[in-house]
Amino acid sequence: MIWLLLTVFTPLAGALLLPLLPRVSVAGWLNLALCALSLVGALGLAVEVLLHGSLAGDSFRVDAFNVYLAVLTAFVGLTTAIFSRPYMYYVHSEEKRVSRNGMRLYHSMYQGFLFTMLLALTTDNLGILWVAVEGATLTTVLLVSLYRTPAAIEAAWKYFILCGVGIAQALFGTVALYFAAQHVLPPGANGLSWSTLYAIAPQLEPRVMVVAFVFLLVGYGTKVGLVPLHSWLPDAHSEGPTPMSAVLSGLLLNVALYAVVRMKMLTDAALVHSSTPQLAGHLLMGFGLLTFLVGAISLHRRRDIKRLFSYSSIEHMGLMTFGFGVGGPLATFAALLHMLVHSLTKSSIFISVGHATHIARSQRIERIRGLIRTQPAVGWSLLLGVVAIAGFPPFGIFTSEFLLLVATMQAWPWLTPLLVLGLLVALAGLFRAVQPMVFGAAPVGQYPVRANMLPVILQLAMVLILGIAIPGVLAHWLDQATQLISGRPLL
Amino acid sequence: MNLAALPLLDQAVLVLAAMALFSAFALLAQSRLLSAIHVFAWQGALVAAVAALTGAASGDVNLYISAAITFVLKVLLIPWMLHRLVRRLALERQADPLPYPALTLLAGAAIVVFADWVAAPVAQFEHSATRNVIAISLAIVLLGMLTMVVRRQALAQVLGFMAIENGLFLAAVASTHGMPLVVELGVAFDVLVAMVLFGVFFLQIKDSIDTLDIDRLSQLASSVEQDEDTEPPR
Amino acid sequence: MDRVLTLTAALLQPLLLLAAAPLLVAWIRRVKARLQNRRGAPLLTPYRELRKLLGKEAVVARTASPLFRIAPYVVFAATLLAAAALPVLSTLLPGARVADAIALIGLLGLARIMLTLAGLDAGTAFGGMGASREMLVTTFAEPALLLVVFTLAMTTHTTNLASMAASTLAGDSVLRPSYMFALAALLLVGVAECGRIPVDNPSTHLELTMIHEGMLLEYSGRHLALMEWAAQLKLALFAVLTVDLFLPWGLATRLSPLALLGALAALVLKLAALGALLALGETVLAKMRLFRVPGFLAMAFLLALLGLLAHVILESAL
Repeated sequence: MIWLLLTVFTPLAGALLLPLLPRVSVAGWLNLALCALSLVGALGLAVEVLLHGSLAGDSFRVDAFNVYLAVLTAFVGLTTAIFSRPYMYYVHSEEKRVSRNGMRLYHSMYQGFLFTMLLALTTDNLGILWVAVEGATLTTVLLVSLYRTPAAIEAAWKYFILCGVGIAQALFGTVALYFAAQHVLPPGANGLSWSTLYAIAPQLEPRVMVVAFVFLLVGYGTKVGLVPLHSWLPDAHSEGPTPMSAVLSGLLLNVALYAVVRMKMLTDAALVHSSTPQLAGHLLMGFGLLTFLVGAISLHRRRDIKRLFSYSSIEHMGLMTFGFGVGGPLATFAALLHMLVHSLTKSSIFISVGHATHIARSQRIERIRGLIRTQPAVGWSLLLGVVAIAGFPPFGIFTSEFLLLVATMQAWPWLTPLLVLGLLVALAGLFRAVQPMVFGAAPVGQYPVRANMLPVILQLAMVLILGIAIPGVLAHWLDQATQLISGRPLL
Repeated sequence: MNLAALPLLDQAVLVLAAMALFSAFALLAQSRLLSAIHVFAWQGALVAAVAALTGAASGDVNLYISAAITFVLKVLLIPWMLHRLVRRLALERQADPLPYPALTLLAGAAIVVFADWVAAPVAQFEHSATRNVIAISLAIVLLGMLTMVVRRQALAQVLGFMAIENGLFLAAVASTHGMPLVVELGVAFDVLVAMVLFGVFFLQIKDSIDTLDIDRLSQLASSVEQDEDTEPPR
Repeated sequence: MDRVLTLTAALLQPLLLLAAAPLLVAWIRRVKARLQNRRGAPLLTPYRELRKLLGKEAVVARTASPLFRIAPYVVFAATLLAAAALPVLSTLLPGARVADAIALIGLLGLARIMLTLAGLDAGTAFGGMGASREMLVTTFAEPALLLVVFTLAMTTHTTNLASMAASTLAGDSVLRPSYMFALAALLLVGVAECGRIPVDNPSTHLELTMIHEGMLLEYSGRHLALMEWAAQLKLALFAVLTVDLFLPWGLATRLSPLALLGALAALVLKLAALGALLALGETVLAKMRLFRVPGFLAMAFLLALLGLLAHVILESAL
């Protein structure tokens, strides 16, 4: 319990405290320290859950599934904070693009965003989940427009409106869910508690659940970046500060997908005796596959490096959604692993991209050239990150994608060629853009920047280890989550 | 069961819900910003009244609290903030006529039919008088979305956004006699923060592109991807 | 005996309406004048105007075809027949068996067709403009009117106006959202159909935007009298239609003299109130520009449609 409070409320305290600090440099360090504290809490929570099984209380529920995401969230939060401290200081003091008040807002909202993420993950109340996911939009929207350029403001506006409208659908779905629960539960019971709902799910009225799930999928799916509701994502990623892109891609999308998966678990349990028991899975598969393919094709002919990688995020979110849709232990395990390795890889790529844009002083792909000559560390980390994200062995993404392909071949063999094709298209798109950025001739007058490569090295090393051999503890852990979601363990 | 057999309170709830639906249409069609803000305030009042009457009919105290929150937020606070924004941005005389009014209104009517169709399985399992209000509330949500789609004015889009919230609140009241209070408070807080952020945004948008016409906010999709020289150095 | 009485009543009701129509117009003008701080003309003025016109020679343009001469009679007769489908004083209406609300709308449509054809016939600019505008109004107003009737028919399970009124009288008083929308739609349609402000201005022949008066410019003498009288009858008809459908209380369900007398008193009160309301509206509102009329009528159509939807969604499934 104490671990939980530490995990969730450290960022909240930070969000309230950091704006009061006048010194930007101190705030950066404090930001980092708070993230570390939250990560300690999350790790403690994980140990507790792994040793004693899931914790459940009146308003929270921590099981293997969400504690793994909570640790991931806190970890990526920390590494991005490590990166963001010098990066944002540079933006503030050298480029002068963000004022002192802007920096206070940035640090406060960074912690506020982590708070909403962790709250969304650990709460048991579906209403609070909604409030937290909406809160995540509210905390990040001003960060997207932090640079105050017309493009940034436009991106933030789109992000705000599209996610606001989308998430409203999720609230309608939540109301419908509550409605279904009220017809089964005795008066006074908490009809929004996920644990309660899951326990009585087979009694929930299937037709109402179908309506509820469709609305929830559209709502949270907007946040996942599912096509056709994805258009906010590249804009918000490309126009905000780079640390924001890293946490949006690495964390927000995961948490939204987490919400979708929770709803799918409920719906599956409710529809088990109906005529369409697989409906939720099929919907996820359809949207996931569409998102994956559109994302892969959109990787081609990009001109903005951050947009390029945000389309890559869309592609991978589609793949995970597809994996959860296929269901079954193998596909679920693969999707969970993919969530993990994608978050680590993608946030490390955005960190490299941040340094690369500082070196080239532009986000345009054709102006970023010869990184490996100007600053080998940045060049190599970008290259290795892209190799990892494209699914080359021995990195972890290869493992998860391979497992997913195997699962697809078992359940839906005729969909496998589509997946392979999509992966190849994405690969081509990525390398076409990245190869000249890394290896091309460096323009004259391009100098290295101060870069802290520690988070990148750490994260890529983890992805590499996950690709070579998943540690027993982690495998067991993911397997517990798999059992929660799909009903059967894999191992 | 016949409509005439319902208690008068329930009949009044139905009438108010129908009026709220009409106000959603009025919001859709109203081209003057100030009038649209008034329509929005009326809609908030109607929704709050539905909550209060449902509370009176069912004896649920929570609903009175929800109604009070809604009244303060949607009838007083948000319209007041919008008014201030309109004055501050000098938009009092701004009109934003619909490009195809007849077509839009017909689309709105089609949306109502669609909402009824979607909500039918939900309403089927409720036996109280207010169950049919679920379809109305879904229609208000979708009409709010339509408003946001057809409107070019940023402030009108915000009104559509807030109308969606009204519809959601109506849905919660009609189907489940409101959400638990903690959720209700959380949602109200989110709405309030969203409104404050919208205010901040308007000033930013006005500063950077000197208009609140959303059509001007379509650079990213086209020019940033294609133009060579418009981008500021990073 | 009973049958004779009913038939007499049936014949007398439209005639009563015909006789009262100029009075209603005069009343509206009077209230309007008072609202504008004028004394206004005596209530009998419209009757005097009709008498004067009836006594004058009818001048017909040389270019006009026979249709031009026939039109006033057809318009007048069709409007009068439409009035026969309405329960004015009593719901016992033998004529209602052959003519329901849809026939009423059809008869009004016939009158309008003749009117627009006559407007075109003389070949003058104003006549043609008026005719085209009249058709523009009709295109939007008629579907809305039909939707209003359908909405009410769904509740009362009949399209027969007398039965509708009787069924509303027999039922308990209920708050119906669909009635609310239908009433609002009918008021808007009525204003447009009768050529009142803000759609058309009945008291001028000088505006370039005139609709109804534009079509009548070539008429004179008894032709003009019939046309004017038909227009007045139409206004009375819409007023009675509104009160029949939405406020039928006071209508006689039996043919006793006392009930009929009560019905007459109720009718006079209701029409006076409605007329005063119309006068008030015409005083407060300005005439709109012509190209905004479709918007106004789209609003009426939308209200009618919402009434129908509100009935289906909120009232029928209970």
